[in-house]
Amino acid sequence: MELSDICRKIRRDIVFQIGTFGVGHIGGSLSIVEILAVLYSKYMRFDPKSCKKVGRDRLVLSKGHAGPALYATLCNFGFFDRSLLSTLNRPNTSLPSHCDMNKTPGVDMTAGSLGQGLSCAVGMSLASKLKGDGASIYSIIGDGESQEGQIWEAAMFAAHQKLGNLFVFLDYNGAQIDGLTSDVCSIDPICEKWNAFGWHTLFVEDGNSCKQIDEAISESKKFKGKPHMIIAKTIKGFGISFIEKDIANNHSMKISKEQMALAFKELGEV
Amino acid sequence: MEMRKVLYSKLCDFMSYDKSIVVINADLAKAAGLSDLVKKFPDRCFNVGVAEQNMASIAAGLSSYGMNPFIFTFTPFATRRICDQVAVSICYAKQNVKIFGLDPGIAAENNGGTHMSFEDVGIMRSMPSMSIFEPCDDIQLEKSMRQVIDFRGPLYVRMFRKETPRVFDDEYEFNLFSADLIRSGEDVSIFCTGILVYECIKAYEILKEKGISAEIINVHTLKPLDENSVISSMRKTRCAVCAENHNRYGGLFSAVSEVASGSFPVPIKSVSVNDEFGQVGNLDFLKNYYGLTCDHVVNSAMEVIKKRV
Repeated sequence: MELSDICRKIRRDIVFQIGTFGVGHIGGSLSIVEILAVLYSKYMRFDPKSCKKVGRDRLVLSKGHAGPALYATLCNFGFFDRSLLSTLNRPNTSLPSHCDMNKTPGVDMTAGSLGQGLSCAVGMSLASKLKGDGASIYSIIGDGESQEGQIWEAAMFAAHQKLGNLFVFLDYNGAQIDGLTSDVCSIDPICEKWNAFGWHTLFVEDGNSCKQIDEAISESKKFKGKPHMIIAKTIKGFGISFIEKDIANNHSMKISKEQMALAFKELGEV
Repeated sequence: MEMRKVLYSKLCDFMSYDKSIVVINADLAKAAGLSDLVKKFPDRCFNVGVAEQNMASIAAGLSSYGMNPFIFTFTPFATRRICDQVAVSICYAKQNVKIFGLDPGIAAENNGGTHMSFEDVGIMRSMPSMSIFEPCDDIQLEKSMRQVIDFRGPLYVRMFRKETPRVFDDEYEFNLFSADLIRSGEDVSIFCTGILVYECIKAYEILKEKGISAEIINVHTLKPLDENSVISSMRKTRCAVCAENHNRYGGLFSAVSEVASGSFPVPIKSVSVNDEFGQVGNLDFLKNYYGLTCDHVVNSAMEVIKKRV
Protein backbone atom coordinates (compact mmCIF):
# COMPACT_ATOMS: atom_id res chain seq x y z
CA MET A 1 0.00 0.00 0.00
CA GLU A 2 1.18 3.52 -0.82
CA LEU A 3 2.29 5.63 2.11
CA SER A 4 -0.32 8.24 1.22
CA ASP A 5 -3.03 5.57 1.53
CA ILE A 6 -1.65 4.42 4.86
CA CYS A 7 -1.83 8.03 6.07
CA ARG A 8 -5.41 8.31 4.89
CA LYS A 9 -6.32 5.09 6.69
CA ILE A 10 -4.68 6.33 9.88
CA ARG A 11 -6.46 9.67 9.59
CA ARG A 12 -9.82 7.95 9.06
CA ASP A 13 -9.21 5.85 12.15
CA ILE A 14 -8.24 8.88 14.24
CA VAL A 15 -11.46 10.62 13.21
CA PHE A 16 -13.42 7.42 13.81
CA GLN A 17 -12.08 7.02 17.36
CA ILE A 18 -12.61 10.62 18.39
CA GLY A 19 -15.86 11.04 16.45
CA THR A 20 -17.29 7.86 17.98
CA PHE A 21 -16.46 9.09 21.47
CA GLY A 22 -17.46 12.65 20.61
CA VAL A 23 -14.39 14.58 21.74
CA GLY A 24 -10.62 14.20 21.81
CA HIS A 25 -7.13 15.44 21.02
CA ILE A 26 -7.58 15.54 17.29
CA GLY A 27 -5.31 18.39 16.17
CA GLY A 28 -2.04 16.98 17.52
CA SER A 29 -3.04 13.47 16.46
CA LEU A 30 -3.58 14.46 12.84
CA SER A 31 -0.33 16.44 12.68
CA ILE A 32 1.92 13.41 13.38
CA VAL A 33 0.33 10.91 10.98
CA GLU A 34 3.11 11.08 8.38
CA ILE A 35 5.81 10.61 11.02
CA LEU A 36 4.07 7.50 12.34
CA ALA A 37 3.27 6.12 8.90
CA VAL A 38 6.85 6.43 7.67
CA LEU A 39 8.32 5.01 10.89
CA TYR A 40 6.08 1.95 11.01
CA SER A 41 6.20 1.36 7.25
CA LYS A 42 9.88 1.77 6.58
CA TYR A 43 12.06 1.96 9.66
CA MET A 44 10.81 0.30 12.81
CA ARG A 45 11.57 -3.36 13.46
CA PHE A 46 8.61 -4.91 15.25
CA ASP A 47 6.42 -7.97 15.37
CA PRO A 48 2.75 -7.16 15.96
CA LYS A 49 2.13 -10.74 17.08
CA SER A 50 4.86 -10.45 19.71
CA CYS A 51 4.67 -6.83 20.72
CA LYS A 52 7.06 -7.19 23.69
CA LYS A 53 9.73 -8.89 21.61
CA VAL A 54 13.24 -8.38 22.96
CA GLY A 55 15.46 -6.27 20.69
CA ARG A 56 12.58 -4.55 18.86
CA ASP A 57 12.72 -0.88 17.98
CA ARG A 58 10.61 1.24 20.29
CA LEU A 59 8.57 4.39 20.05
CA VAL A 60 7.78 6.67 22.96
CA LEU A 61 4.96 9.04 22.13
CA SER A 62 6.02 11.60 24.68
CA LYS A 63 3.14 13.87 23.66
CA GLY A 64 0.93 11.11 25.01
CA HIS A 65 -2.31 12.96 24.32
CA ALA A 66 -1.90 12.02 20.66
CA GLY A 67 -2.72 8.45 21.65
CA PRO A 68 -5.48 8.12 19.01
CA ALA A 69 -2.86 8.62 16.26
CA LEU A 70 -0.68 5.87 17.67
CA TYR A 71 -3.67 3.55 18.19
CA ALA A 72 -4.79 4.08 14.60
CA THR A 73 -1.26 3.28 13.43
CA LEU A 74 -0.85 0.22 15.62
CA CYS A 75 -4.24 -1.09 14.50
CA ASN A 76 -3.33 -0.68 10.84
CA PHE A 77 -0.03 -2.49 11.41
CA GLY A 78 -1.76 -5.48 12.99
CA PHE A 79 -1.20 -4.99 16.71
CA PHE A 80 -4.87 -5.32 17.59
CA ASP A 81 -8.32 -5.73 16.16
CA ARG A 82 -10.21 -2.81 14.63
CA SER A 83 -13.08 -3.36 17.02
CA LEU A 84 -11.01 -1.72 19.76
CA LEU A 85 -11.06 1.61 17.92
CA SER A 86 -14.67 2.24 18.91
CA THR A 87 -13.75 1.90 22.59
CA LEU A 88 -11.53 5.01 22.91
CA ASN A 89 -11.97 6.42 26.42
CA ARG A 90 -14.89 4.12 27.20
CA PRO A 91 -14.90 2.43 30.62
CA ASN A 92 -12.41 -0.47 30.76
CA THR A 93 -10.98 0.42 27.35
CA SER A 94 -7.51 -0.59 26.16
CA LEU A 95 -7.29 2.77 24.42
CA PRO A 96 -7.19 5.57 27.00
CA SER A 97 -6.79 9.18 25.86
CA HIS A 98 -3.13 9.18 26.89
CA CYS A 99 -0.79 6.29 26.05
CA ASP A 100 -0.54 3.46 28.57
CA MET A 101 1.98 0.68 27.95
CA ASN A 102 0.10 -1.64 30.29
CA LYS A 103 -3.17 -1.30 28.43
CA THR A 104 -2.48 -1.14 24.70
CA PRO A 105 -0.60 -3.77 22.68
CA GLY A 106 2.31 -2.08 20.92
CA VAL A 107 2.56 0.97 23.16
CA ASP A 108 6.12 0.96 24.45
CA MET A 109 5.83 3.55 27.21
CA THR A 110 3.18 5.25 29.27
CA ALA A 111 3.14 9.00 28.60
CA GLY A 112 0.87 11.94 29.09
CA SER A 113 2.43 14.01 31.82
CA LEU A 114 4.48 16.07 29.39
CA GLY A 115 8.24 16.02 29.34
CA GLN A 116 8.66 12.59 30.86
CA GLY A 117 8.45 10.41 27.76
CA LEU A 118 11.63 11.80 26.23
CA SER A 119 13.58 10.91 29.38
CA CYS A 120 12.06 7.42 29.28
CA ALA A 121 13.25 7.13 25.68
CA VAL A 122 16.71 8.20 26.83
CA GLY A 123 16.61 5.39 29.40
CA MET A 124 15.65 2.91 26.66
CA SER A 125 18.43 4.20 24.47
CA LEU A 126 20.95 3.66 27.28
CA ALA A 127 19.56 0.18 27.91
CA SER A 128 19.80 -0.72 24.24
CA LYS A 129 23.44 0.37 24.21
CA LEU A 130 24.15 -1.65 27.35
CA LYS A 131 22.52 -4.73 25.87
CA GLY A 132 24.09 -4.17 22.46
CA ASP A 133 20.89 -5.19 20.70
CA GLY A 134 21.22 -2.61 17.93
CA ALA A 135 17.71 -1.25 18.43
CA SER A 136 16.66 2.24 17.49
CA ILE A 137 14.61 4.26 19.93
CA TYR A 138 12.15 6.76 18.48
CA SER A 139 10.22 9.44 20.28
CA ILE A 140 7.79 12.20 19.34
CA ILE A 141 7.55 15.33 21.44
CA GLY A 142 5.29 18.33 21.09
CA ASP A 143 6.13 22.00 20.80
CA GLY A 144 3.99 22.91 23.80
CA GLU A 145 5.72 20.04 25.56
CA SER A 146 9.04 21.68 24.76
CA GLN A 147 8.21 24.28 27.39
CA GLU A 148 8.76 21.58 30.04
CA GLY A 149 12.16 21.83 31.72
CA GLN A 150 12.54 18.06 31.71
CA ILE A 151 12.81 18.06 27.90
CA TRP A 152 16.00 20.06 28.20
CA GLU A 153 17.35 17.90 31.02
CA ALA A 154 16.92 14.93 28.70
CA ALA A 155 18.40 16.84 25.77
CA MET A 156 21.54 17.70 27.70
CA PHE A 157 22.07 14.20 29.03
CA ALA A 158 21.36 12.38 25.73
CA ALA A 159 23.96 14.52 23.97
CA HIS A 160 26.44 13.99 26.80
CA GLN A 161 25.97 10.24 26.43
CA LYS A 162 26.23 10.47 22.61
CA LEU A 163 23.04 8.47 22.15
CA GLY A 164 23.20 7.96 18.41
CA ASN A 165 20.45 5.34 18.52
CA LEU A 166 17.90 7.93 19.69
CA PHE A 167 15.71 9.57 17.03
CA VAL A 168 13.34 12.26 18.23
CA PHE A 169 10.72 14.14 16.25
CA LEU A 170 9.41 17.51 17.31
CA ASP A 171 5.85 17.93 16.10
CA TYR A 172 6.33 21.62 15.40
CA ASN A 173 2.72 22.48 14.71
CA GLY A 174 2.84 25.86 16.42
CA ALA A 175 -0.16 25.50 18.69
CA GLN A 176 -1.01 24.35 22.18
CA ILE A 177 -4.11 24.27 24.39
CA ASP A 178 -4.34 28.00 25.00
CA GLY A 179 -3.45 29.09 21.49
CA LEU A 180 -0.38 29.61 19.37
CA THR A 181 2.89 28.60 20.96
CA SER A 182 4.41 31.87 19.79
CA ASP A 183 1.76 33.73 21.83
CA VAL A 184 1.84 31.54 24.94
CA CYS A 185 5.59 31.09 25.40
CA SER A 186 7.73 30.89 22.32
CA ILE A 187 10.10 27.96 21.96
CA ASP A 188 12.01 29.60 19.11
CA PRO A 189 14.65 29.62 17.78
CA ILE A 190 14.09 25.89 18.10
CA CYS A 191 16.65 24.56 15.62
CA GLU A 192 19.37 26.62 17.23
CA LYS A 193 18.36 25.35 20.65
CA TRP A 194 18.66 21.67 19.72
CA ASN A 195 21.89 22.33 17.86
CA ALA A 196 23.25 24.15 20.87
CA PHE A 197 22.29 21.21 23.07
CA GLY A 198 24.54 19.01 20.93
CA TRP A 199 22.00 17.15 18.85
CA HIS A 200 22.22 16.29 15.18
CA THR A 201 19.32 18.51 14.13
CA LEU A 202 17.36 18.53 10.89
CA PHE A 203 14.46 20.77 9.92
CA VAL A 204 11.68 19.36 7.77
CA GLU A 205 9.85 22.15 5.96
CA ASP A 206 6.74 20.03 5.38
CA GLY A 207 6.34 17.56 8.23
CA ASN A 208 3.13 16.30 6.64
CA SER A 209 5.04 15.09 3.61
CA CYS A 210 5.98 11.42 3.87
CA LYS A 211 8.76 12.00 1.36
CA GLN A 212 10.36 14.76 3.42
CA ILE A 213 10.02 12.80 6.67
CA ASP A 214 11.52 9.75 5.01
CA GLU A 215 14.45 11.75 3.66
CA ALA A 216 15.12 13.27 7.08
CA ILE A 217 15.18 9.88 8.82
CA SER A 218 17.36 8.47 6.09
CA GLU A 219 19.74 11.40 6.46
CA SER A 220 19.79 11.01 10.25
CA LYS A 221 20.66 7.35 10.01
CA LYS A 222 23.89 8.26 8.22
CA PHE A 223 25.08 10.43 11.09
CA LYS A 224 26.61 8.64 14.08
CA GLY A 225 27.59 9.69 17.56
CA LYS A 226 24.87 12.21 18.45
CA PRO A 227 21.19 11.92 19.27
CA HIS A 228 18.95 12.98 16.41
CA MET A 229 16.33 15.70 16.42
CA ILE A 230 14.03 16.02 13.43
CA ILE A 231 12.00 19.18 13.71
CA ALA A 232 8.95 18.60 11.57
CA LYS A 233 6.97 21.69 10.66
CA THR A 234 3.49 20.26 10.68
CA ILE A 235 -0.06 21.57 10.55
CA LYS A 236 -2.21 20.91 13.57
CA GLY A 237 -5.30 19.11 12.34
CA PHE A 238 -3.71 18.39 8.94
CA GLY A 239 -5.81 16.65 6.31
CA ILE A 240 -9.29 17.72 7.37
CA SER A 241 -10.11 21.26 6.38
CA PHE A 242 -12.61 22.25 9.07
CA ILE A 243 -10.24 21.04 11.78
CA GLU A 244 -7.18 22.61 10.15
CA LYS A 245 -8.96 25.96 9.98
CA ASP A 246 -9.48 26.03 13.73
CA ILE A 247 -5.82 25.67 14.69
CA ALA A 248 -6.11 27.71 17.87
CA ASN A 249 -8.91 25.47 19.15
CA ASN A 250 -8.30 22.03 17.69
CA HIS A 251 -6.03 20.72 20.43
CA SER A 252 -9.05 18.94 21.85
CA MET A 253 -12.37 19.38 20.13
CA LYS A 254 -15.81 17.90 19.83
CA ILE A 255 -16.47 15.92 16.68
CA SER A 256 -20.13 15.27 15.89
CA LYS A 257 -21.38 12.37 13.79
CA GLU A 258 -22.07 14.83 10.97
CA GLN A 259 -18.53 16.20 11.17
CA MET A 260 -17.18 12.67 11.20
CA ALA A 261 -19.07 11.96 7.97
CA LEU A 262 -17.77 15.20 6.48
CA ALA A 263 -14.20 14.26 7.40
CA PHE A 264 -14.59 10.77 5.91
CA LYS A 265 -15.89 12.32 2.70
CA GLU A 266 -12.90 14.66 2.51
CA LEU A 267 -10.41 11.86 3.21
CA GLY A 268 -12.09 9.51 0.77
CA GLU A 269 -12.24 5.73 0.80
CA VAL A 270 -9.01 3.74 1.03
CA MET B 1 30.19 0.89 59.58
CA GLU B 2 28.75 3.85 57.68
CA MET B 3 25.52 2.94 55.93
CA ARG B 4 26.83 4.21 52.60
CA LYS B 5 29.86 1.94 52.88
CA VAL B 6 27.56 -1.03 53.30
CA LEU B 7 25.57 0.17 50.32
CA TYR B 8 28.71 0.45 48.20
CA SER B 9 29.96 -2.95 49.25
CA LYS B 10 26.67 -4.75 48.54
CA LEU B 11 26.16 -3.01 45.19
CA CYS B 12 29.72 -3.98 44.23
CA ASP B 13 28.97 -7.61 45.04
CA PHE B 14 25.70 -7.78 43.17
CA MET B 15 26.74 -5.70 40.17
CA SER B 16 29.75 -7.93 39.57
CA TYR B 17 27.50 -10.78 38.44
CA ASP B 18 24.10 -9.17 37.85
CA LYS B 19 24.43 -7.16 34.65
CA SER B 20 20.89 -5.83 34.89
CA ILE B 21 21.69 -3.49 37.79
CA VAL B 22 22.17 0.13 36.74
CA VAL B 23 23.01 2.90 39.22
CA ILE B 24 22.06 6.50 38.48
CA ASN B 25 22.67 9.52 40.62
CA ALA B 26 22.04 13.25 40.33
CA ASP B 27 25.41 14.76 41.20
CA LEU B 28 25.56 12.94 44.52
CA ALA B 29 27.85 9.99 43.82
CA LYS B 30 30.34 11.27 46.39
CA ALA B 31 27.69 11.99 49.01
CA ALA B 32 26.19 8.55 48.49
CA GLY B 33 29.61 6.92 48.82
CA LEU B 34 29.38 5.58 45.29
CA SER B 35 32.40 7.22 43.65
CA ASP B 36 34.36 3.98 43.62
CA LEU B 37 31.36 2.12 42.24
CA VAL B 38 31.33 4.54 39.31
CA LYS B 39 35.00 3.75 38.68
CA LYS B 40 34.40 0.03 38.95
CA PHE B 41 31.31 -0.12 36.74
CA PRO B 42 31.58 2.95 34.48
CA ASP B 43 29.28 1.46 31.85
CA ARG B 44 26.43 0.91 34.33
CA CYS B 45 26.77 3.97 36.55
CA PHE B 46 25.38 7.24 35.25
CA ASN B 47 25.47 10.73 36.67
CA VAL B 48 22.67 12.78 35.12
CA GLY B 49 23.86 15.97 36.77
CA VAL B 50 21.49 18.05 38.84
CA ALA B 51 18.40 16.78 37.03
CA GLU B 52 16.37 14.53 39.29
CA GLN B 53 13.25 14.53 37.10
CA ASN B 54 15.26 13.27 34.18
CA MET B 55 16.85 10.65 36.42
CA ALA B 56 13.50 9.23 37.52
CA SER B 57 12.09 8.90 34.01
CA ILE B 58 15.36 7.56 32.59
CA ALA B 59 15.20 4.87 35.25
CA ALA B 60 11.66 4.03 34.14
CA GLY B 61 12.89 3.70 30.56
CA LEU B 62 15.73 1.43 31.66
CA SER B 63 13.32 -0.68 33.67
CA SER B 64 10.95 -1.04 30.72
CA TYR B 65 13.92 -2.51 28.86
CA GLY B 66 14.50 -5.18 31.50
CA MET B 67 17.18 -3.41 33.52
CA ASN B 68 17.12 -3.06 37.32
CA PRO B 69 17.78 0.64 37.96
CA PHE B 70 18.67 2.25 41.30
CA ILE B 71 18.48 6.02 41.60
CA PHE B 72 20.13 8.13 44.29
CA THR B 73 19.62 11.62 45.62
CA PHE B 74 18.68 13.32 48.89
CA THR B 75 15.23 12.47 50.26
CA PRO B 76 13.48 15.78 49.39
CA PHE B 77 14.61 15.51 45.79
CA ALA B 78 13.80 11.80 45.59
CA THR B 79 10.21 12.52 46.60
CA ARG B 80 8.70 16.00 46.52
CA ARG B 81 10.91 17.26 43.68
CA ILE B 82 10.13 14.33 41.37
CA CYS B 83 6.69 13.49 42.66
CA ASP B 84 5.05 13.42 39.23
CA GLN B 85 7.86 11.44 37.58
CA VAL B 86 7.64 8.87 40.36
CA ALA B 87 3.86 8.76 40.06
CA VAL B 88 3.61 8.53 36.26
CA SER B 89 6.87 7.22 34.76
CA ILE B 90 7.51 4.76 37.59
CA CYS B 91 4.37 3.81 39.53
CA TYR B 92 1.60 4.26 36.99
CA ALA B 93 3.76 2.69 34.27
CA LYS B 94 4.44 -0.24 36.67
CA GLN B 95 8.21 0.06 36.46
CA ASN B 96 10.76 -1.59 38.65
CA VAL B 97 12.82 1.26 40.08
CA LYS B 98 14.60 1.48 43.44
CA ILE B 99 14.59 5.06 44.68
CA PHE B 100 17.19 5.72 47.36
CA GLY B 101 16.53 8.89 49.34
CA LEU B 102 19.55 9.87 51.43
CA ASP B 103 19.62 11.87 54.67
CA PRO B 104 15.97 11.60 55.70
CA GLY B 105 14.52 14.25 58.00
CA ILE B 106 16.94 15.61 60.57
CA ALA B 107 19.79 13.59 59.08
CA ALA B 108 20.14 16.47 56.62
CA GLU B 109 21.65 18.35 59.58
CA ASN B 110 23.50 21.46 58.37
CA ASN B 111 21.91 21.39 54.93
CA GLY B 112 18.91 22.73 56.81
CA GLY B 113 15.27 23.36 55.95
CA THR B 114 15.47 23.08 52.17
CA HIS B 115 16.98 19.62 52.41
CA MET B 116 15.15 18.34 55.48
CA SER B 117 12.35 16.07 54.32
CA PHE B 118 9.68 15.51 56.90
CA GLU B 119 7.01 14.78 54.30
CA ASP B 120 8.68 12.23 52.03
CA VAL B 121 7.05 9.12 53.50
CA GLY B 122 3.65 10.78 53.25
CA ILE B 123 4.25 11.56 49.58
CA MET B 124 5.47 8.09 48.73
CA ARG B 125 2.92 6.27 50.85
CA SER B 126 0.11 7.92 48.92
CA MET B 127 1.31 6.53 45.60
CA PRO B 128 -0.37 3.29 44.54
CA SER B 129 2.08 0.35 44.25
CA MET B 130 4.94 2.14 46.04
CA SER B 131 6.72 0.27 48.84
CA ILE B 132 8.80 2.05 51.47
CA PHE B 133 11.72 0.67 53.45
CA GLU B 134 13.78 2.53 56.06
CA PRO B 135 16.80 0.63 57.42
CA CYS B 136 17.87 1.56 60.94
CA ASP B 137 21.47 0.32 61.04
CA ASP B 138 24.26 -1.08 58.90
CA ILE B 139 23.40 -4.71 59.67
CA GLN B 140 19.79 -4.28 58.64
CA LEU B 141 20.84 -2.55 55.43
CA GLU B 142 23.35 -5.27 54.65
CA LYS B 143 20.87 -8.06 55.30
CA SER B 144 18.19 -6.30 53.27
CA MET B 145 20.11 -5.67 50.06
CA ARG B 146 19.47 -9.05 48.46
CA GLN B 147 15.72 -8.61 48.93
CA VAL B 148 15.87 -4.99 47.81
CA ILE B 149 17.62 -5.99 44.60
CA ASP B 150 15.21 -8.84 43.94
CA PHE B 151 12.15 -6.73 44.73
CA ARG B 152 9.96 -6.07 41.71
CA GLY B 153 8.08 -2.78 41.60
CA PRO B 154 8.68 0.74 42.83
CA LEU B 155 10.58 0.79 46.12
CA TYR B 156 11.59 3.86 48.11
CA VAL B 157 14.53 3.29 50.45
CA ARG B 158 14.82 6.06 53.04
CA MET B 159 18.45 5.81 54.02
CA PHE B 160 20.65 7.41 56.65
CA ARG B 161 24.12 7.74 55.10
CA LYS B 162 26.51 7.74 58.01
CA GLU B 163 27.25 5.52 60.97
CA THR B 164 24.36 4.66 63.26
CA PRO B 165 24.27 2.99 66.66
CA ARG B 166 23.97 -0.79 66.22
CA VAL B 167 20.53 -2.24 66.73
CA PHE B 168 21.02 -5.70 65.26
CA ASP B 169 23.77 -8.32 65.31
CA ASP B 170 25.05 -10.76 62.73
CA GLU B 171 22.41 -13.34 63.67
CA TYR B 172 19.64 -11.01 62.52
CA GLU B 173 17.38 -12.42 59.83
CA PHE B 174 15.69 -9.84 57.64
CA ASN B 175 12.33 -10.06 55.93
CA LEU B 176 11.26 -7.02 53.93
CA PHE B 177 7.61 -7.58 54.76
CA SER B 178 7.88 -8.44 58.47
CA ALA B 179 8.40 -5.91 61.22
CA ASP B 180 11.08 -6.82 63.78
CA LEU B 181 10.27 -7.46 67.42
CA ILE B 182 13.21 -5.80 69.17
CA ARG B 183 12.00 -6.08 72.76
CA SER B 184 8.96 -7.93 74.00
CA GLY B 185 6.63 -6.23 76.50
CA GLU B 186 3.11 -6.03 77.88
CA ASP B 187 2.21 -2.44 78.75
CA VAL B 188 2.72 -0.34 75.64
CA SER B 189 3.62 -0.97 71.99
CA ILE B 190 6.32 1.29 70.65
CA PHE B 191 6.51 1.22 66.86
CA CYS B 192 9.58 2.87 65.46
CA THR B 193 11.61 3.27 62.32
CA GLY B 194 14.99 4.61 61.15
CA ILE B 195 17.15 6.53 63.58
CA LEU B 196 14.35 6.53 66.18
CA VAL B 197 14.77 2.79 66.76
CA TYR B 198 17.84 3.28 68.87
CA GLU B 199 16.11 6.04 70.87
CA CYS B 200 13.27 3.63 71.54
CA ILE B 201 15.66 0.94 72.79
CA LYS B 202 17.07 3.49 75.23
CA ALA B 203 13.50 4.40 76.19
CA TYR B 204 12.78 0.72 76.85
CA GLU B 205 15.48 0.63 79.53
CA ILE B 206 14.23 3.83 81.17
CA LEU B 207 10.66 2.56 81.17
CA LYS B 208 11.82 -0.75 82.59
CA GLU B 209 13.36 1.07 85.54
CA LYS B 210 9.99 2.70 86.08
CA GLY B 211 8.33 -0.70 86.11
CA ILE B 212 6.81 -0.35 82.62
CA SER B 213 7.14 -3.18 80.17
CA ALA B 214 7.35 -1.76 76.65
CA GLU B 215 7.26 -3.74 73.42
CA ILE B 216 9.59 -2.31 70.79
CA ILE B 217 8.79 -3.10 67.18
CA ASN B 218 10.91 -1.83 64.32
CA VAL B 219 8.60 -1.11 61.41
CA HIS B 220 11.32 -0.98 58.79
CA THR B 221 8.85 -1.31 55.95
CA LEU B 222 6.30 1.48 56.16
CA LYS B 223 4.41 0.25 53.14
CA PRO B 224 3.10 -2.37 52.90
CA LEU B 225 2.73 -2.20 56.67
CA ASP B 226 3.09 -5.46 58.56
CA GLU B 227 -0.46 -5.13 59.86
CA ASN B 228 -0.46 -8.47 61.68
CA SER B 229 2.52 -7.53 63.85
CA VAL B 230 1.12 -4.08 64.56
CA ILE B 231 -2.38 -5.25 65.46
CA SER B 232 -1.32 -8.28 67.49
CA SER B 233 1.00 -6.11 69.58
CA MET B 234 -1.73 -3.54 70.18
CA ARG B 235 -4.20 -6.29 71.12
CA LYS B 236 -1.77 -7.23 73.85
CA THR B 237 -0.81 -3.75 75.13
CA ARG B 238 -3.96 -1.77 74.19
CA CYS B 239 -1.96 1.42 73.57
CA ALA B 240 0.88 2.53 71.36
CA VAL B 241 3.53 5.10 70.57
CA CYS B 242 4.85 5.70 67.05
CA ALA B 243 8.34 7.18 66.83
CA GLU B 244 9.70 8.49 63.56
CA ASN B 245 12.00 11.06 62.00
CA HIS B 246 9.15 12.54 59.97
CA ASN B 247 6.18 14.85 60.17
CA ARG B 248 3.33 13.46 62.28
CA TYR B 249 1.18 13.60 59.12
CA GLY B 250 1.64 10.90 56.53
CA GLY B 251 4.31 8.70 58.09
CA LEU B 252 4.41 5.81 60.55
CA PHE B 253 1.92 7.38 62.99
CA SER B 254 -0.56 7.80 60.16
CA ALA B 255 0.02 4.29 58.86
CA VAL B 256 -0.42 2.66 62.26
CA SER B 257 -3.45 4.82 63.09
CA GLU B 258 -5.10 3.91 59.80
CA VAL B 259 -4.73 0.21 60.54
CA ALA B 260 -5.77 0.58 64.17
CA SER B 261 -8.89 2.59 63.31
CA GLY B 262 -10.17 -0.21 61.13
CA SER B 263 -9.15 -3.18 63.23
CA PHE B 264 -8.42 -2.42 66.86
CA PRO B 265 -8.71 1.24 67.90
CA VAL B 266 -6.49 2.11 70.84
CA PRO B 267 -4.90 5.36 72.08
CA ILE B 268 -1.77 6.13 70.04
CA LYS B 269 0.75 8.91 70.71
CA SER B 270 3.13 10.24 68.12
CA VAL B 271 6.79 11.03 68.66
CA SER B 272 7.51 12.94 65.47
CA VAL B 273 7.96 16.40 64.00
CA ASN B 274 4.90 18.45 64.81
CA ASP B 275 4.11 19.86 61.35
CA GLU B 276 7.17 22.08 61.13
CA PHE B 277 9.87 22.68 58.56
CA GLY B 278 13.49 21.80 59.17
CA GLN B 279 16.46 23.99 60.04
CA VAL B 280 20.22 23.75 60.35
CA GLY B 281 21.77 22.01 63.32
CA ASN B 282 23.55 18.85 64.33
CA LEU B 283 21.69 15.62 64.98
CA ASP B 284 21.56 16.00 68.76
CA PHE B 285 20.28 19.57 68.58
CA LEU B 286 17.64 18.62 66.04
CA LYS B 287 16.52 15.54 67.98
CA ASN B 288 15.98 17.72 71.02
CA TYR B 289 14.39 20.58 69.11
CA TYR B 290 11.84 18.41 67.34
CA GLY B 291 11.20 16.10 70.28
CA LEU B 292 12.73 12.95 68.87
CA THR B 293 14.73 11.69 71.87
CA CYS B 294 14.35 8.69 74.13
CA ASP B 295 12.91 11.00 76.80
CA HIS B 296 10.14 12.07 74.47
CA VAL B 297 9.40 8.41 73.78
CA VAL B 298 9.31 7.68 77.51
CA ASN B 299 6.95 10.57 78.23
CA SER B 300 4.65 9.64 75.39
CA ALA B 301 4.57 6.02 76.55
CA MET B 302 3.66 7.01 80.09
CA GLU B 303 0.95 9.38 78.88
CA VAL B 304 -0.62 6.92 76.49
CA ILE B 305 -0.72 4.15 79.11
CA LYS B 306 -2.93 6.43 81.22
CA LYS B 307 -5.37 6.75 78.33
CA ARG B 308 -5.64 3.01 77.89
CA VAL B 309 -9.19 1.71 78.21
